[in-house]
Amino acid sequence: MYLVFSLIMFFIGGSMAMIIRAELFQPGLQFVDPQFYNSMVTVHALVMIFGAVMPAGVGLANWMIPIMIGAPDMALPRMNNMSFWIMPFAFALLLSTLFMDGGGPAGGWTMYPPLVLQTGKAFPFLIFAVHFLGISSIMGAINIIATVFNMRAPGMTLMRMPLFVWTWVITAFLLIASLPVLAGAVTMLLTDKYFGTSFFSAAGGGDPVLFQHIFWFFGHPEVYILALPAFGIISQIIPTFARKPLFGYASMVYATASIAILSFFVWAHHMFTVGLPINGELFFMYATMLIAVPTGVKVFNWIATMWKGAMTFEAPMLFALAFVVLFTIGGFSGLMLGITPVDFQYHDTYFVVAHFHYVLLTGAIFALMASAYYWLPKWTGNMYDEKLGKIHFWASAISANVLFFPQHFLGLAGMPRRIPDYSVQFADFNMISSLGGFAYGISQLLFVYIVVKCVLGGKKATGQVWDGARGLEWTLSSPPPYHSFSKPPKVTKALMEY
Amino acid sequence: MFLKKSMIRFLTKFSVVFASLFLLSSNLALAAWGLNMTQGVTPISQDVYNMHMTSLYVVTIIGILVFSVMFWSIFQHRKSKGVKPAKFSHSTTVEIIWTLIPFAIIVALAIPATKLLARMDDTSKSEITIKATGYQWKWKYDYIDEDITIYSNLAADSVDASQKNSGIDPKTADNYLRNTDTALVLPVGKKIRIMTTASDVIHAWWVPDLGWKRDAIPGFINDNWTVINKEGVYRGQCAEICGKGHGYMPIVVKAVPEKEYTAWVQETKVALNSKQDSGDKVLSMDDLKSKGAAVFKANCQACHQANGQGIKGVFPAIDGSPLANLKENIPAHIHQVIYGKGIMPAFGEQLSDTDIASVITFTRNNWGNKTGDIIQPKDVLASRKK
Ligand code: HEM
Ligand SMILES: [Cu+2]
Ligand SMILES: [Cu+2]
Repeated sequence: MYLVFSLIMFFIGGSMAMIIRAELFQPGLQFVDPQFYNSMVTVHALVMIFGAVMPAGVGLANWMIPIMIGAPDMALPRMNNMSFWIMPFAFALLLSTLFMDGGGPAGGWTMYPPLVLQTGKAFPFLIFAVHFLGISSIMGAINIIATVFNMRAPGMTLMRMPLFVWTWVITAFLLIASLPVLAGAVTMLLTDKYFGTSFFSAAGGGDPVLFQHIFWFFGHPEVYILALPAFGIISQIIPTFARKPLFGYASMVYATASIAILSFFVWAHHMFTVGLPINGELFFMYATMLIAVPTGVKVFNWIATMWKGAMTFEAPMLFALAFVVLFTIGGFSGLMLGITPVDFQYHDTYFVVAHFHYVLLTGAIFALMASAYYWLPKWTGNMYDEKLGKIHFWASAISANVLFFPQHFLGLAGMPRRIPDYSVQFADFNMISSLGGFAYGISQLLFVYIVVKCVLGGKKATGQVWDGARGLEWTLSSPPPYHSFSKPPKVTKALMEY
Repeated sequence: MFLKKSMIRFLTKFSVVFASLFLLSSNLALAAWGLNMTQGVTPISQDVYNMHMTSLYVVTIIGILVFSVMFWSIFQHRKSKGVKPAKFSHSTTVEIIWTLIPFAIIVALAIPATKLLARMDDTSKSEITIKATGYQWKWKYDYIDEDITIYSNLAADSVDASQKNSGIDPKTADNYLRNTDTALVLPVGKKIRIMTTASDVIHAWWVPDLGWKRDAIPGFINDNWTVINKEGVYRGQCAEICGKGHGYMPIVVKAVPEKEYTAWVQETKVALNSKQDSGDKVLSMDDLKSKGAAVFKANCQACHQANGQGIKGVFPAIDGSPLANLKENIPAHIHQVIYGKGIMPAFGEQLSDTDIASVITFTRNNWGNKTGDIIQPKDVLASRKK
């Protein structure tokens, strides 16, 4: 359910991206008004983050965590149900604003005041949509924590849990700690607009920058909420197809935890240009650069897992390998952005747009694609079409790079982000980028076809599916019975090992 | 043997590609503008550029090393080559080493970055002070020591070409979207303090050749400085989303020799003074309307639209509105343009009496509005005095 919903949202957000890229194909204004352009940029981001990536992560967690730890189902099925049904409702609220007088929210997904307070009738809808999405995610997170801490099968010790489960436990804590902060911030926006408070208005003794501090205190952990489950997925897939245990399991767990903790101390790297005192800027620069260390450990561990393995390259593995390379490139530009004096040039340019799409699209989304291919046979009992899967991979990987790599150059050459039209010196790279964008968009239709085909039929999958896979989920039949483990299995060391 | 050969072939190809990318990036560094960050025209912008290149080289080298190992493994350790998987699963020594090495690299990068940041932060001993204020959607520059205030709008040919489906090729507009009607004129070789602030929403003042950008935040003032070493025209844009006109508020800095700057200051002062006392001039309807049309395009059209219809739900229509049509509303109409209302800015400061009289006459006698009312500069002056 979650997964179908997030796939639909991926396509809604994706078609907005297509509108953006069509407008940016050439200099001059051809298709949309600047105000509508801004609302496309804003809603595209909200839909992709809260509608596509987060629900997909929660969906995988709900489906796979019980099976991976030997539980019959999630601990709180009713909560689960509610958390899901809030989402279509919240997105109906959000998307309906596009048809209102004054248009949808258009101040960027970051919702900075005072600009966001100029939103028309859409404003309360935006705020309540964010509230509902927050509530839904927190319920999902509580459920995951309750399940993992209460329903593990005997012998499934914490340090035997698959990494996907570990990364989700840590993500769940991040959600619970950061989302209420966002809810508070947007509530303050609401009272500023309608009830005469002035938390964020300098004229009334408030401070617009205060909002940015609160927002990014949520916002930076949020990017790890999107990324950590992806790390978990990759840590399942690489050992399977290398037929070799994950290198440095314990250090993977510790690295994930340190990334999560550090993520609460780096928020102001999104705000280097607001005019912080120099000591503040130095603190956030050091903390940001420090995150590169545990992230590096993870990348090295993945490569060490491949080292001297016996690798095969089915679609999930291809996406996972591309993830390692492309996410790392996004990490490199992230390190560069963390260097404060240089960020004064990079900030709010297309360099940043390239950076976060490397970590989100070729990062988070590629990992989700990998997980879909990895577990589809388990879910449906049928093998997907491997040949088409490989075509989908190559089309996605190539077009995503054509789409986002030139944006580095655009940013360095001086093109700001969130603009509907640009100077002619930026024309060539924008055209290349748009072509890549259209190619990427079309390639994703192939994915839908592959999934539908696999659901309808195909070669029957065995329970084991992948010969190198280890863990409880592969001891069940494909598809697994309705209540996966009605009798708790006995988990031994040997079951998890090679 | 066969394995070895194909692997060597692969690795050579791989390193050739990477090395050429690497060289390419350093050559492009020389070619500057276009693919890479500008080296700019100030001591700071040069340092920022160097820091950027250092970090780019560092990550490129790390990338080459890490990805070579990975691709070596991908080509060597595959099942199709009949390898048996090894069984090792950790090595404390190795793990400690690859925690410490990145840490050392980061420290090595952080030290020069800290020094550079301290230099950028020091605004002391500046000789000229400018205050740049962001408005939706233009910049105002106050020369604090000279008592000069100028406004800088998007140049008219860019305005025309940037209308939706204007039919005008952007290439024909002079520096499309990066040109203004008035430039910020600054002398070379002097330490200039540039303060940024805003009147409505957050903007950001950015000229890449100066090496930094800084937010302009309503109610707060940020301090920056620059010394421009080379004469020339340097262009930039607002860098923080500020509403629908965000892509349309360029910044143009004209750096001139000191003599020329002093002359410009004198000239501008004279010109500004003559603009203020429009006195008892009486203008004809045609004069007012044609001048008003130009003022409307530069100041009002972004919100109220060329057809006077505004944008439903955000910016009200002027065409057909009671304020712009009923006789008894003439004083209120003048008042609103001078003092603003809600998110509409107060134009009293930036426009002369003649400008305001013209634009009001224009809007009362354009589109469907056919009032025949004529507003003279002295009416505006009277309203200002109240
Ligand atoms: C279909 C592929 C995609 C394309 C072609 C695309 C394209 C774009 C473009 C052109 C922008 C506007 C940049 C600007 O002017 O500031 C943008 C913004 C953004 N996108 Fe995407 N995108 C895609 C997928 C995604 C995904 C999968 C995510 C997240 C998981 C994402 C997250 C964002 C975010 C956070 C922003 C910033 C929005 C803002 O400025 O407020 N995008 N995207
Ligand atoms: Cu961040
Ligand atoms: Cu702006």
